[in-house]
Amino acid sequence: MNDKRETEAASEAAPLSPAGEAAPVVNNRRARAPVRKQANRRKFIRSAVMIGGVLGLAMLGYIPVASARKSRLRPPGALEERDFLSSCIKCGQCVQVCPVAAIKLDDIDQGFGVGVPYIDAREQACDFSCDAVQCILACPTGSLTYTKPPALEIRAGMPLAQAPVLKAKENDPEPTLNLSERIGVARLAHPESCLAVQGKGFSGQARGAGFRGHLRYVAVDRWKPVPVRDHPYQRDLCDLCVTECPIRDAIHMKETIAADGSKQYRPEVLEQCVGCGVCEMICPVEPAAIVVDQRQPWSA
Amino acid sequence: MSHLERIRVMFGAAPEKPAVVTPEAKQVHSLKRMTKADFEAIKQHARDHELVTHKWRNRRWAVLILANLLFTFSFWLDIQVLEGALTASRFVGFHLIDLNSALQVMLAHKHIIVNLFIGTATVFVLWAVLGGRSFCSWVCPYHLLAEWFEWLHLKLVSKKLVSDHEFHRGTRTVFWVVFALLAVVSGYTVFETISPTGILSRALIYGPSLALGWVLLLLVFEVVYSRRAWCRYVCPIGLTYGIVGAVSPVRVEYRLDKCFHEGDCRKVCLVPHVLDVVIKGRAAEMTTPIGPDCTRCGLCVDVCPSGALVFDVKGLSKLL
Repeated sequence: MNDKRETEAASEAAPLSPAGEAAPVVNNRRARAPVRKQANRRKFIRSAVMIGGVLGLAMLGYIPVASARKSRLRPPGALEERDFLSSCIKCGQCVQVCPVAAIKLDDIDQGFGVGVPYIDAREQACDFSCDAVQCILACPTGSLTYTKPPALEIRAGMPLAQAPVLKAKENDPEPTLNLSERIGVARLAHPESCLAVQGKGFSGQARGAGFRGHLRYVAVDRWKPVPVRDHPYQRDLCDLCVTECPIRDAIHMKETIAADGSKQYRPEVLEQCVGCGVCEMICPVEPAAIVVDQRQPWSA
Repeated sequence: MSHLERIRVMFGAAPEKPAVVTPEAKQVHSLKRMTKADFEAIKQHARDHELVTHKWRNRRWAVLILANLLFTFSFWLDIQVLEGALTASRFVGFHLIDLNSALQVMLAHKHIIVNLFIGTATVFVLWAVLGGRSFCSWVCPYHLLAEWFEWLHLKLVSKKLVSDHEFHRGTRTVFWVVFALLAVVSGYTVFETISPTGILSRALIYGPSLALGWVLLLLVFEVVYSRRAWCRYVCPIGLTYGIVGAVSPVRVEYRLDKCFHEGDCRKVCLVPHVLDVVIKGRAAEMTTPIGPDCTRCGLCVDVCPSGALVFDVKGLSKLL
């Protein structure tokens, strides 16, 4: 096998020999030595190029991470983005335990973020149907955590003032959710399109017949979230973001009396907002009037 | 070859001829210096009685496919036996964490929680016993794909349409060190981004992704340019498991007295440098365990016409 390789190398090494003429047969040991040396040199160069190539391609993964203007909305309990990306082992156990399949894994277009979980709140928000933030429980590396280790940064405005009370658990002996930091905060991004601001009501399927998202309706079944399209609404004043919010005192409908004496309405996000994104998912206008700003701290 | 020497070979060194050969081995070597006709006759006899078998390959493929399907079905059918992906999972509740992924995360994040430690330790013990690189050939989904594409590569080589370009085996050690350093310095698990093992495992469980394009690219590279290039010259997972299984009792053993030095084993082997011992005159002892870089895939055991390569469990085989 070696001999074959060497003669191959020898014929490669003599590209100038006229076509049709056989390459010189290398059969004595002393003549072979330089050929072997050359073959080794080729192999070395080839290896160096390959190392450079593979590392270069791997480092391309930094581009999407560095150029991302906004990070993704991460599952509850996620560490700060940088720590999150370094500690996530990309196994998807959080995906597997989520009862509403809110958590998805990123693809290679996200570079170093490949295989890292995120939530697209508009498509399927986390509604805490699991009651216990099971994704945190499932995480083997502490990327999602109930309490951060002391060495890790806690930004001002991220910790929740009190443990959030889950509306679905209000009558339970322990109604709170084991979550100490928010994952973002909701914001009325387009007040002009908000139905409540316009004083309008809403009736029908919140997101149309084709929407695949699920939501837990305690009145229907506390343990089984149902498709939003199977639960039409009838509201004289649209307040879906307020009523469907799974957290108590995280959002309310602010009522003001205008100069002409008419009542004005506007959903107002409160400090207990954890950033789950249910309001963004349920908002019936397109694009959503209320959105979650991922990783944003609370500011009054 | 001493065990230390075998570990050196795993990191990329070229195998060397033995300095000391035991008297028994010497005798066998000299006995094999019979007349050509005699030797050919015995060889032919062995050939005639050869059982063409794919026993170990079939067992291995079954285990590999079942292991990966168990991941898939645990999620799809919600049977919850093996939840997660190859990088990290839970087997009926017990944490299992891939050693190379764990290493990358520990180096990048520099903080180890209890579950991460438990899962890593469990898997460490498992593969230290079963033979580190057994992970590669018995579990890794990329190994199976690469094995199928290797068949295509060899077909094209035999038709002289492509040729195999070898790289220096030391490149894998370089990659291992560089990826470890990159994790420490950058704080990102850089290798995970391009790991076909992780990408394939996640694709099998969570559905197809764009990342599969990268895996396909690797396979094409292996078919047209360099045989089994990723597993042979790049993958740090293989080296991590090789190190972990360096003193594993489960290994393939070479028996000098049964060998006709035809070299079929070296032709099918993913890591032929571990089979340097089968070259005529190289064996220093009557039996030689194959080095830690061996993936225990059993292709050599299947292909050997005279039973010179067998699976062996150190200590146990003698008892049985």
